[in-house]
Amino acid sequence: MGAPADRRYITTHEWHKLDGDVCTIGISRFAADELTDVTYVSLPAVGAEVVANQPFGEIESVKATSDLNSGVSGVVTEINGRLENSPELVNDDPFGEGWMIKLKVSDPAALDALLTAEAYEAQLGG
Amino acid sequence: MLKTALHSTHERLGARLIDFGGWEMPVMYRGIRDEHVHTRTASSIFDVSHMGRIEFRGPAAEGLLDHVCTRNIAKLKVARSGYSHVCNEDGGVLDDVIVSRFEDHLLMVCNASNREKILAHLHKHAKGRDVVIEDKTTSTVMFAIQGPATLPLFRENLDKLPIDVDAMGRYGFVTGSYMGTGYSVFRSGYTGEDGLELILPTMAGVLVWNYLTKDGGEKRVTVRPAGLGARDTLRLEAGMPLYGHELHKGIDPISARCGWCVDLEKDFIGAAALRQINADGPRRKLVGLVLEGRRIARQGAGVLVGDQMVGEVTSGTLSPTLEKSIAMAYVDADRSDADEKLSVDLRGSRVGATIVPLPFYKRVQ
Repeated sequence: MGAPADRRYITTHEWHKLDGDVCTIGISRFAADELTDVTYVSLPAVGAEVVANQPFGEIESVKATSDLNSGVSGVVTEINGRLENSPELVNDDPFGEGWMIKLKVSDPAALDALLTAEAYEAQLGG
Repeated sequence: MLKTALHSTHERLGARLIDFGGWEMPVMYRGIRDEHVHTRTASSIFDVSHMGRIEFRGPAAEGLLDHVCTRNIAKLKVARSGYSHVCNEDGGVLDDVIVSRFEDHLLMVCNASNREKILAHLHKHAKGRDVVIEDKTTSTVMFAIQGPATLPLFRENLDKLPIDVDAMGRYGFVTGSYMGTGYSVFRSGYTGEDGLELILPTMAGVLVWNYLTKDGGEKRVTVRPAGLGARDTLRLEAGMPLYGHELHKGIDPISARCGWCVDLEKDFIGAAALRQINADGPRRKLVGLVLEGRRIARQGAGVLVGDQMVGEVTSGTLSPTLEKSIAMAYVDADRSDADEKLSVDLRGSRVGATIVPLPFYKRVQ
């Protein structure tokens, strides 16, 4: 299963799905598989400001702790509360139920600068 | 990288392979947590062929091992295995090993990452002694089969594989030959579960692995492959040290909670230093920690009382069995009591931690 074409990506593996001016962010299956069993996801509070390319949270697995980054700036409108008790959702369904935050983006056009699914997969192939 | 005889089997099983001590080994097949839980509830098989297997023969074999090992090898009986450290002159740990006494030779199993170092150390101290040292690592395979379903499985199949696990006792072993292939089966392990470890000639490896992992069907438990990732989380729950984390040349066996495998009345490399440490009391101690929350403490994380650094984490994980964040750490001896209020520095934020007795997990006997 490849990276869905209905969203944009950054090289640190976060996907960004825009709906109007709200962007949902999660990590790709590639990243989830690399991490292996996710044990903890640290997310910002609703209302927090997120700045593009600066960490907004952390994701932990048995293997490693990694920063979570957004390719766009905005304000957090919603976070996925299910991840607190079920972090394994990130491994089971990283493009769907494993979503992490929703941002009201200051500039929706900023997503155009992010990688398409094709470009993201191409740079993975490396 | 070196490969074990099971390498293409691991690839066929979809294992994720990593470099471990110079060997390409499976870190996981289905998932670390899945493999960990299957080991605690059923039975898992681990390819541990990368570990060093060194044989000693000759009249001076026992003397050499008693010279380099902390354990009293003279007292080790035939068909028994014993855990030991190998130290340098300062009492620093060079490796932790298992020594087994066969009828006509002694066997040392050591960590893969230390094999070259230990061989050099042994050869150096064997000079002038009537002993032959043979490295059998690449001509044999070694599997660990661990979990509560393991021994029942072997008991059920006593007619096909005449291995009397009950006669062996824990840390005993048997040798035999089956259809022309010699085997050694040890009742030992590194997971906190009961189980067996097998040493076989390389050419029998794939056949035996496939036989042991065949589908048990509805009525029988299937032995499933597990990798080094689960091996690490299992041993950590069982409070067992790992070389490179709890053990290294900057630490001595007594501080590492392994004084029980040191015979201070014996002369061996490091004995004088260890007698002194024993007399003075160690300055830091290995403790178990349970952290608040679910965040994992990694090796190197600072352990504090208030703002004062009193120790350092050596290993940490989220325990699948306890559903808690657990860690082992060296803590200043005067701060290592169970009622100390500690915190661990996780990437800049402080998380509360409590000292708990090791092991974190003990199997039901």
